Amino acid sequence: MTKDEIRTAIIQEIGEIAPEVDASGVDDGEDLRDALDLDSMDIFNLIAALHQRFDIDIPDRAATQFLTIGSATAWLADHVQES
Amino acid sequence: MEAGTLVEWLKHPGDSVSHGDIIAVVETDKGAIEVEVFEDGQLDVLLVEEGCKVPVGTPLAEISADGEGMAETLPSASPSSIAPRHAPAPVASEVRHAAAPAVTGLWASPAARQLARQHGIDLAKIAGTGQDGAIVRDDVEAVARSSGASARPPKSAKAAPDLAPMRRAIAAAMAKSKREIPHYYLSHRFSVLPATEWLNAHNSQRPPPERLLFSVLLLKSVALALTEFPEFNGFYRSDAFEPVEEIHVGSAISIRGGGLAAPAIHNTGNLTLAKLMDELRDLVARTRRGEFRSSEISDPTVTVSSLGERGVDVLWPVIYPPQVAIFGFGTVRQQPWAKDGGLIVHPVMTASLAADHRANDGHRGALLLRRVADLLNKPEAL
Repeated sequence: MTKDEIRTAIIQEIGEIAPEVDASGVDDGEDLRDALDLDSMDIFNLIAALHQRFDIDIPDRAATQFLTIGSATAWLADHVQES
Repeated sequence: MEAGTLVEWLKHPGDSVSHGDIIAVVETDKGAIEVEVFEDGQLDVLLVEEGCKVPVGTPLAEISADGEGMAETLPSASPSSIAPRHAPAPVASEVRHAAAPAVTGLWASPAARQLARQHGIDLAKIAGTGQDGAIVRDDVEAVARSSGASARPPKSAKAAPDLAPMRRAIAAAMAKSKREIPHYYLSHRFSVLPATEWLNAHNSQRPPPERLLFSVLLLKSVALALTEFPEFNGFYRSDAFEPVEEIHVGSAISIRGGGLAAPAIHNTGNLTLAKLMDELRDLVARTRRGEFRSSEISDPTVTVSSLGERGVDVLWPVIYPPQVAIFGFGTVRQQPWAKDGGLIVHPVMTASLAADHRANDGHRGALLLRRVADLLNKPEAL
C-alpha cells in the first residue's frame, strides 16, 4: 500500500468521524486538533477506525503519532508493510 | 426552548408502545430530539400533525393504558426550558420557517436544517454526503449555490444579530442562571499522577477500541463523590431544593462551529468505566450530529465541563438551571510539584466547582471537591 493510499484512507476516516470538517485541505504537519478542532474523543475514534481498517495494532504509546496526517501516514506506512 | 416542530411520527395510532420507546422526532433549537414515552400502553390519537410547530408542553398524543387516556407532551428541556416567555424578535431567516416544507424520515444536521429553512430548500431532494448519508451543511450550501440562491440570508442595514437558535437557548439559560442563582466558586489544584499512570497502564494493555479517556475517570469520580453530598445533586425549583436520588451527570459537549449541549449519561455512578466510555462515545457522536433523546437533555442532575487537552488551566462554569452545581476541569499539564520537601514534575490539574448557595454551602462544597480529587486518584476503585 502506497503512502498516498494511506493518506487518503486517513482523510476518509476523519470525514467519517467528523462529517462537518474537510480534512483534505489540511497540511501534513498541522495538528489536527488545531486545524479541524478535533478533540481527544475524535482522535480516539480515528485510531480505533484505522486499527480496524488496516487490521493493525496501534499501541497506546504511538497515539501521539496520530495528531497529524503526516506522522500518522508515516507510522502506518512503516507498520502496515511490516505485518 | 419554547417550541418544537414535529418532524416525524415513528409510531402510529393503534401501535402498542412501552416505556423507553421513541415515538416521534421533534426539531428544536437544540437540534432534533427523540421523544420517548414513559408508559406502557397503546397509542390512540395523534394530536399534532407532522410539520406543525407547537409550544413546549403541548400534548402530542394520547396513550391509553388500563383503559385510561394519557397525554404525551412535548418535553421541556433543561437548560432551555427556562427560556423567557417573550420570544426574542424573530430574525429574518425565521419568518420563512412556517412555509418551509415539512421534512420526514431524513437525517440532517441542525446546521443543514437551518440553512435549508433559510433558503426554502426541500431536504428530501438533497443527497447527503455525511455519515450514513446524513445531510450536512455543505450539501445544502451546494444546492443553494447551484440554484442561484445566496449562501447566506441577505442582511438588512440594521439587522438584528442572526443568532443561531442554539445560541439563543444558551443565552436564555445562562442569563437566567446569572440573574437568579447566587453562585459561589471553589477550586482545587492537585497532582493527577496516580490517575494518569493507571490510565496509561490500562490503555497500554488494550486494543484501541477498548481504551479509556481521562474524562471517563472524571465523570465516574464526580458521580461517586455526589452520593455522599446529596445537596449538590438535584433541582432548585419554586424556591426550594429538590434532591434527586439518581445521579445523572451531564457532559458539556462542544459543537464544532459553535454552541454546546450537556446531555446526561443516566445513573453515571453505576456504570463500569468501560460501559461509561461506550456511553460517552455514543453520546458525543450523537450530540454532534444533533441527535439526542428528550430524557438525555432534560435529565442531568449535575453537569461536568472539561476543557480537554488543549484548554487552559481553570474554568469558572455557569450552572445550568434548575441544577445546583457544575464541575469544571482544566487542562492537565506537567508542572513543578512540591513533594517530600523537594520539587518534582507532575501532571497537575485544577478542578473547580460552581454551586448554588441557596441549596448548599462552601464548606461542604470544598469537601466535595476534595472527595472528587481523592476518588480520581484511586482509579482502580472506580
